[in-house]
Amino acid sequence: MKALCWQGKHDIRCETVPDPRIEHGRDAIVKVTTCAICGSDLHLYNNFIPGMTPGDIIGHEFMGEVVEVGQDNKKLKVGDRVVVPFTITCGECEQCQRGNFSVCERSNRKGNLAAKAFGHTTAGLFGYTHLTGGYPGGQAEYVRVPFADSAPVKIPNGLSDEQVLFLGDIFPTGWQAAVQCDIQPSDTVAIWGCGPVGQFAIRSAVLLGAKQVVAIDRVPERLAMAEAGGAVTINFEEESVIERLNELTQGKGPEKCIDCVGLESHVSMKHPDSVLDRAKQAVMLESDRPHVLREMIYVCRPAGVISIPGVYGGLVDKIPFGASMNKGLTWRMGQTHVNRWTDDLLRRIQEGQIDPAFVITHTVRLEEGPAYYNIFRDKQDSCIKVVLKP
Amino acid sequence: MAREHRESHRDRSADALARGLGWFSIGLGLAEVLAPRSLTRALGLNGQERLVQAYGVREIATGVAILAARNPAPWIWGRVGGDALDLATLAGGFHEDNPRKTNLGIALGAVAAVSALDVYCGTALSAASEPQRPIRDYSRRTGFPRDPQAMRGSATDFVVPPDMRTPDALRPYA
Repeated sequence: MKALCWQGKHDIRCETVPDPRIEHGRDAIVKVTTCAICGSDLHLYNNFIPGMTPGDIIGHEFMGEVVEVGQDNKKLKVGDRVVVPFTITCGECEQCQRGNFSVCERSNRKGNLAAKAFGHTTAGLFGYTHLTGGYPGGQAEYVRVPFADSAPVKIPNGLSDEQVLFLGDIFPTGWQAAVQCDIQPSDTVAIWGCGPVGQFAIRSAVLLGAKQVVAIDRVPERLAMAEAGGAVTINFEEESVIERLNELTQGKGPEKCIDCVGLESHVSMKHPDSVLDRAKQAVMLESDRPHVLREMIYVCRPAGVISIPGVYGGLVDKIPFGASMNKGLTWRMGQTHVNRWTDDLLRRIQEGQIDPAFVITHTVRLEEGPAYYNIFRDKQDSCIKVVLKP
Repeated sequence: MAREHRESHRDRSADALARGLGWFSIGLGLAEVLAPRSLTRALGLNGQERLVQAYGVREIATGVAILAARNPAPWIWGRVGGDALDLATLAGGFHEDNPRKTNLGIALGAVAAVSALDVYCGTALSAASEPQRPIRDYSRRTGFPRDPQAMRGSATDFVVPPDMRTPDALRPYA
C-alpha cells in the first residue's frame, strides 16, 4: 500500500509499504477513505518531537471503512464506516473508566519510554513517535486499529467524510479546549492561534455561550475565518495583544485564555523572548518556544483559566510562574479525551448546529501529501487545512 | 512534481551545508573568545587578542542566527562579509618580522576555502524564489447555519464535567 513516511527533518515521502495485518483479536483494519495533515504533524516534520525513526508512517486524522475485524472485536463489522480518534484507548483501565482517554494506561505498547520521559505513560497515538507506541499512522491506504472495539466512532449514513473526519481530533480538541475553560455567559475568551484547532475552539466557545471571543493570529486568511466564526480578531503583527485585550475587557483581561499554538510559537523581533527561544532551540538549550504561555499568564484576568490544547513536547524556559501563582490562575491542559465528546459532537453535526467542513481549504491525493506539508507549514496558497484522499 | 523534487533536494543539501557552517561558526567563535592568545601567538598577531575575541562574538552570533533562522541565506552572506574581514586581518600580518608567516599562510588558505563554501551556500539558498501568497477570502466560512451571534449559547444544554469545572466553593456568588 501507499503511505506517507517520515524520513527525517522536512522529509516526508509517499512510499510503498507492506499492508497492515490483524495482530490482536480486538484489532480492525480500516481502509482509509479520507485523512488529513494536522498542525501537530508539523512538529514532527520540523523534527521538534523526538522519537521518530525513518520509515515511520505518519498521520493521526483519518477515517474509512472497516475491511477486516479481529475475532474478539464484537463492536465493529466489515463494512462499518468509522472515524478513528487519534488516541488509542483500551476502554478498560482506570483512566479510561474515568474518561481520561488520552492517558490510557494500557494502549502505549512502549509505555516504558513515555514513563522515562514523562514520569508515567500516556495513551498510544497513531503516527506520533515511538514515545506513544510507534503505531503506524493514518496517512495511508490502510491502517491497523488496535483496541478497535473501544475508540472508533461509527458514522451513520447521510454525512460526508468532510463533515465527520474532524471528530477524530481537531473538533473535539477545540471543544475540550473551550469546555476546560468552564465558560460563563459573562466571559471573554481569548484564543491564541487561528489554525484549525483554534477555529474549532472559537466556534466551540461561541456555542458554549461566551460573551466575547477574541482570536489572535497574524495570517489574514486565518483571521478572516476566525471572524466568520464569531471572533473579534487581533493581528499581533499590527497591534499589541496585551493592550488590545485590556481595551476589550475594560483593563481587566480576559477571564479565559486558550493556547492553540503550542511549542512552535511564531518568532518575531517584536517579541524578543521568541527570538531568544529560537536561538536556544537551535543550539538545543530549549526544546519548545513558549511565548504564548508567557503572554497568556501576563494578560489573563486574576483567578482566570488557562486552557492548553496546543502541543508541547519537552522543556520550556523562563515561564513567569510567580505571576501565574500570585494571580491564582487555573491551568487545564492535555491531549484530547476524544471519546468523551464524540457522541455529543456527532449529534450536533447531525442536527446541523455546525458543519466542520468549513475548515478545509485544500483537498489533494495522498501522493501529493509530501509537497503539502511544506505548503501547510509555510501557509502558502492561503492553506489552513489539508485533506488527503488515498 | 519532478522539478519540485529536484529543487527540494537541492534546498535540503544547501540547508544541511548551512547548518554545518552554523555549527562551525559557533565552534570557531568559542575558540576565538576563549583562547585568543593561543591563536594570535600561533599566527604572529600578538597584541590583537581583543580583535580576535570580537571576531569570535561575531562568529557565535552569526552561527546561532544561521541555525535559528527559517531562511539562513542572509546570515550566510553575513559570514561572507566576516570572511572578508578575517582575510584582511590575516593579510595584514604578512610583514618582514612575523616569524609565523607559514601558519598565517595556512590560515589564509583555510579562510579562503571556507569563504568559497559560504558563497556557494549563500548562492544555493538564495536561488529558491519567494513563494507567491494569494490571499483567499474565507470571510463566509462560519461553519454555522446562521450568523454566529444567533448561534451564541446554542450548546448551553452541554453540562461541563465536574473535573473541568470551577469548584463550587470558588464560583462567583449569584
